[in-house]
Amino acid sequence: MSQFQKKVELVRSEVIARDVVRLTLNAPEIAAAALPGQFVMIQIAPGKDPLLRRPFSIHQTSSEGTLQILFKVVGRGTELLAHAKVGEQLSLIGPLGKGFVLGEPGNACLVGGGMGIAPMLFLASRFQQLAKQGSAPKVILGARNRDELAPLIGDFKNLGLEVLAATDDGSLGHHGLVTDVLKKINLSPDFTVYSCGPRPMMAAIHHLCLKENIRCQVSVETVMACGMGACLGCAVPLKAGGYAHACSDGPVFEAGELLWSL
Amino acid sequence: MEPVKVKNDEVDLRVTIGSLELQNPVMTASGTFGYAREFEDFVNLHRLGAVVVKGISLAPRVGNPPPRIVETACGMLNAIGLENVGVDRFISEKMPYLSALGIPVFVNILGDSVEEYSRIAERLAQVEGVAAIEVNISCPNVKKGGVAFGADPKMAAAVTAAVKQSCQVPVIVKLSPNVTDVTLMAKAVQEAGADAVSLINTLIGMAIDLRSRRPRLANIIGGLSGPAIKPVALRMVYQVAQVVTIPIIGIGGITTAEDAMEFMLAGASAVQVGTANFVNPRASEDVVDGIAAYVREQQLGSVRDLIGALRVG
Repeated sequence: MSQFQKKVELVRSEVIARDVVRLTLNAPEIAAAALPGQFVMIQIAPGKDPLLRRPFSIHQTSSEGTLQILFKVVGRGTELLAHAKVGEQLSLIGPLGKGFVLGEPGNACLVGGGMGIAPMLFLASRFQQLAKQGSAPKVILGARNRDELAPLIGDFKNLGLEVLAATDDGSLGHHGLVTDVLKKINLSPDFTVYSCGPRPMMAAIHHLCLKENIRCQVSVETVMACGMGACLGCAVPLKAGGYAHACSDGPVFEAGELLWSL
Repeated sequence: MEPVKVKNDEVDLRVTIGSLELQNPVMTASGTFGYAREFEDFVNLHRLGAVVVKGISLAPRVGNPPPRIVETACGMLNAIGLENVGVDRFISEKMPYLSALGIPVFVNILGDSVEEYSRIAERLAQVEGVAAIEVNISCPNVKKGGVAFGADPKMAAAVTAAVKQSCQVPVIVKLSPNVTDVTLMAKAVQEAGADAVSLINTLIGMAIDLRSRRPRLANIIGGLSGPAIKPVALRMVYQVAQVVTIPIIGIGGITTAEDAMEFMLAGASAVQVGTANFVNPRASEDVVDGIAAYVREQQLGSVRDLIGALRVG
C-alpha cells in the first residue's frame, strides 16, 4: 500500500449549493492510488491553528490526475477551506483507510445522504467502469432540498446512471427518507447496499438490510487527528465489544460489525 | 570565504542516554507514532535517533469510548484510555518489524500497580531489540485509591526501582507535569535508579461544547498536547535540569528543529516529537534535518554543545 504526503495545487473551487463546496486538486499520485471509500487528510492552513488536518472522503478522481472533495461548511476548518484560493498549494496525505469491497455492479445499490453522497460518486464511476451492458448499479440519493441535491444528481446522470431522489421537504423526488425509497424498490438478497450519510440514516439502512438479509457496507465519519492509525482517536464501537478505528480499519465497515444502539 | 561544506553524515549529532549512544537526539513520542510501521511511507525510519512506541500494558486495553480527541487552540486534548494490544501481542506482532529496523526501540510501559510494571519489564527484558524502557508514571495507582504514580515521589520511586530491578536495559521515567513541583519527582526517580527522565507528559485539560452543555470528550477530561504546551514543557525541563545529573529527554509541542534545540538549550540531551507527527508525519525526520543544518551552519563541534547551553543573566 502506498500513501503520499504531497503539496498539491487547488485548481478549481465550486460552490455547489449554499455552504456546499467542491474542490478539485491536482494530486496525480494520490488520485492514481485511490480506491472508492478511501479518504485524504488536508491541512487547512499553514501555522498552528487550526492544528489538525481534516479528513475528507474522495469524491472523484480523474485520469488527468485530479482529485475532488465535497463538503459542507460546518466549522472553522471547513470555513477556511471553503475560502482557499485557486492556485493555492494544499498539503494532502492519502489515500488513507480501507474502501468499499466491490461486488457485481448489477447487484449494487448505492445510498448516499447529504454529504455522504461524496464517496458515492467515486464508487458509482468505478462500478460503471466495471459494468457490462445493462448491469448498472442502483443509486438512491437524499438531501434536505432540491438546491442541495439537484447539482449532485447531475454528476451521476453524467455517468449514465438513473438516480432515485429523496428530499426532506419534497422539493425533489420522494418526500421523505432514502430508507423509504430503499424499502420500496424491494432488493433481493443477492444485492449489496453501499451507504454513507448521517448516522441515523445508516442505522435505518442497516436494520432494513438486516431484516431483508442483504449485505450492507457503510462508510462512517468520526473526528480524527492523524488518519493513519497512530493516535487511536477515531474509535468506532463494535458489536462484539471494543473498538475499531475509522482511519485504518475503516472508514468502510460491514454494517453488521458495528454497534448501532448508542 | 566560502563556508565549509559538510555532508549530513559528517555532522556529529550523537547523544547518549544512559549506556546508549543514539545517532541523533530525535525520537518519536509514545502514542503519537503507533508502532512505527504506520509511518514507513512518510519517514525514513532509519534516520531517527530512536522510536518510542505506544504505551504497553500487561493485558490488552480497549480504551475509552468516543469522542476521544478534540482540537483546541494550537493543540489537542486526548482521552484515548491507553488502548493497546498488551505486552504479549506487542512482542509477537510488533517487535519483529521494529527490531528489524536497526534503530533503538524504546518501549513505553504502563500499569495500575507496581507489580504490573515489573512484570511487563520482565517480559520485555527477554526480547531482542528492546533498547530501553520508558515508564509512564501518569497512570492511576489502583491500590492507592487511583492517585497517579507520578504525583507522589514515593510511588514514583517505587515504580522506578521495581522496573530497574526487572530489566538490564536503560530505564527512562516519563514525568507528569500535573504536579506542584516536578523537580521533586525528578530527584525521587533519579535516586531510585532511573537512567534518564523524559518530560513532559500531557497536561490535564478540558473542553466544553456550549451549545449542548456537554464535555467534548466522553471521558470529560483529557491530556493537552501540541504547540500550546511548549512553554510549560520548556520551563519544566529547565527546572529539572537544575536538580538532576541524569540525561533529560524534552517533550512538549516540538514541531520544528528550532523547538527541539530550545529544549536542548534548556538542558535536554534529546527530544521527542509527538503531536506534530499527526499533522506532518515526516516531522521527526524534518527535525533531524533541521538540527543537522543548524549544527553545520553554526559550525558546532557537535549537537552536544547545545545541551544546557542556555545563557542566563
